[in-house]
Amino acid sequence: MGRITLDKVSKSFGEVNVIPPLDLTIEDGEFVVFVGPSGCGKSTLLRLIAGLEDITSGQIRIDGNDATHMPPAKRGLAMVFQSYALYPHMSVKKNIAFPMKMAGVDPAEQERRIKSAAEALNLTAYLDRRPGQLSGGQRQRVAIGRAIVREPAAFLFDEPLSNLDAALRVGMRLEISELHNRLETTMIYVTHDQVEAMTMADKIVVLQAGVIEQVGSPMELYHKPRNAFVAGFIGSPKMNLIGGAEAAKHNAATIGVRPEHIAVSATEGTWKGTIGVSEHLGSDTFFHVHGTGLADAMTIRAGGEVDLHHGDTVFLTPDADKIHRFDKEGLRIE
Amino acid sequence: MARAVTPARKSINTAAAWTVALIIFFPILWTILTSFKPEPVAVASPPVFLNFDWSFENYETVIQQRGYGQFFWNSMVIAFGSTILGMIIAIPSAWAMAFVHGKRTKDLLMWMLSTKMMPAAGVLVPIYLIAVYFKILDTRFLLTIVLMLMNLPIIIWMLYTYFREIPVDILEAARMDGASLTNEILYVLTPMAVPGIASTLLLNVILAWNESFWTLNLTAFNAAPLTKFIAGFSSPQGLFYAKLSAASVMAFLPIMILGWFSQKQLVRGLTFGAVK
Ligand SMILES: Nc1ncnc2c1ncn2[C@@H]1O[C@H](COP(=O)(O)OP(=O)(O)OP(=O)(O)O)[C@@H](O)[C@H]1O
Ligand SMILES: [Mg+2]
Repeated sequence: MGRITLDKVSKSFGEVNVIPPLDLTIEDGEFVVFVGPSGCGKSTLLRLIAGLEDITSGQIRIDGNDATHMPPAKRGLAMVFQSYALYPHMSVKKNIAFPMKMAGVDPAEQERRIKSAAEALNLTAYLDRRPGQLSGGQRQRVAIGRAIVREPAAFLFDEPLSNLDAALRVGMRLEISELHNRLETTMIYVTHDQVEAMTMADKIVVLQAGVIEQVGSPMELYHKPRNAFVAGFIGSPKMNLIGGAEAAKHNAATIGVRPEHIAVSATEGTWKGTIGVSEHLGSDTFFHVHGTGLADAMTIRAGGEVDLHHGDTVFLTPDADKIHRFDKEGLRIE
Repeated sequence: MARAVTPARKSINTAAAWTVALIIFFPILWTILTSFKPEPVAVASPPVFLNFDWSFENYETVIQQRGYGQFFWNSMVIAFGSTILGMIIAIPSAWAMAFVHGKRTKDLLMWMLSTKMMPAAGVLVPIYLIAVYFKILDTRFLLTIVLMLMNLPIIIWMLYTYFREIPVDILEAARMDGASLTNEILYVLTPMAVPGIASTLLLNVILAWNESFWTLNLTAFNAAPLTKFIAGFSSPQGLFYAKLSAASVMAFLPIMILGWFSQKQLVRGLTFGAVK
């Protein structure tokens, strides 16, 4: 079980208030991703849940029990750190066994769990090595193995993949998602990479300056961003945000159109501009269009085989149903 | 490519290095030589170098008549006892200062260091009187405690510096893994700090071994360590240079041997840490 409830939780470091009072419920078995720009308090929030930082006010409950003043060891949560934080003086096997040793798990059972974790994570061949003799990806797997064997109420991940190269990151992302499907244990995952957030989460929590901007499924956030910040943050490439007269035509202070919801044509359309940089990815093409008078550069996503290039004049037509409208405060207008 | 060094230049450098090393080592060498001389040769002028009747007589006299064993044992107990006791107190203190520092941690560290600047003679009388009151004068217990207290600031400072190098993440991981504070220090922090702890240990054993102010003033015979043993040869009945030298050699030899062996251990420990 792993239902975690934050009730008016706040955190200050001395005078600096990093997290104003905040409410959040994480259901048992959910994969929740905290996402937001650097310094917005994602790690701090995770560390509050872990018990590595004391909360300034409010209450944290884990499965209904007040955990506010519980030391981390008592909360039954496992954490995977960005730096892996393996014990350098212990073999891989001892690293994985450490939490069980601390919990006094019987040695035969320890062996069994180490074996099954090592098999699941492809670590069987490395059990006698020291962490220093492993690659980054292998180290991260050891860290995950160490977390699994505890059979925790929830897993906490703080940017676990950011030290890995791009290819490995995609692979590990899948492995973690598969792990979640298999274990069905609550996972809280911190990242500033919105692709990781979109692909892995059941529920995304978007944070800005310690404030929750929106909580919802990836598709909810994509289709109905609650405000302009979330609209700009979720989705890749970023949504085009347009103010001024064009927005006023739609009775809004700002309108937003995603790059994939704009049609591009060489002959006719609503807005006219010139192609600046064009990025051909094979499956897709991204055009950065200047001179539309709407925004500095409009990003357009087109198919892979579009015969348009740098310097060409193009016409852009937004999909009328897919225009997001925001008021002066940046809040969504339905 | 390394800087080109001509053979001539290289030999000059080597000669210079050896000269400096010999000058520094000379007093020790002279003490060792003297310890093998008969008493009259030891004070002969001009001095005699190697051309004398080498003998172990001084050592025999010193060991048999002056009870070297007792002094040696006292030195061992006091030096290792005070260091180990100091470690037991210093490891948790240094942990707290390195990993849960508060606003006053820096001040506290500075204050501890400042106690080392105070002349020891300034607190001799109070400590002497306390020892008299508790009837522990001239006991190994007293010396162990006093030397531990004297060296504690240095032990804490050294450990603090080593602990600062250890990533906090790893200790936090231990906490998440269910380790109590004691287990965190025992199974994670201490093994990771082994090279640092070893050099702290060694340095403090040496400091305590060589300490003479407190050992000379607070002991008479029962708890007297080797420092007192050496001092005993500059007695009113006249100086015995050869025997004094033999006593000195026997006082510093154990610690030099320890230093020699642990030096290798330390280098190994340090390079091991570097590979991680
Ligand atoms: N121990 C601390 N003392 C003072 N301020 C802190 C401390 N830890 C974090 N902060 C501040 O709290 C804010 C949030 O930090 P946090 O590490 O939670 O950000 P983050 O969202 O994880 O950022 P990133 O994506 O860069 O990891 C930052 O402004 C940071 O400077
Ligand atoms: Mg962070």
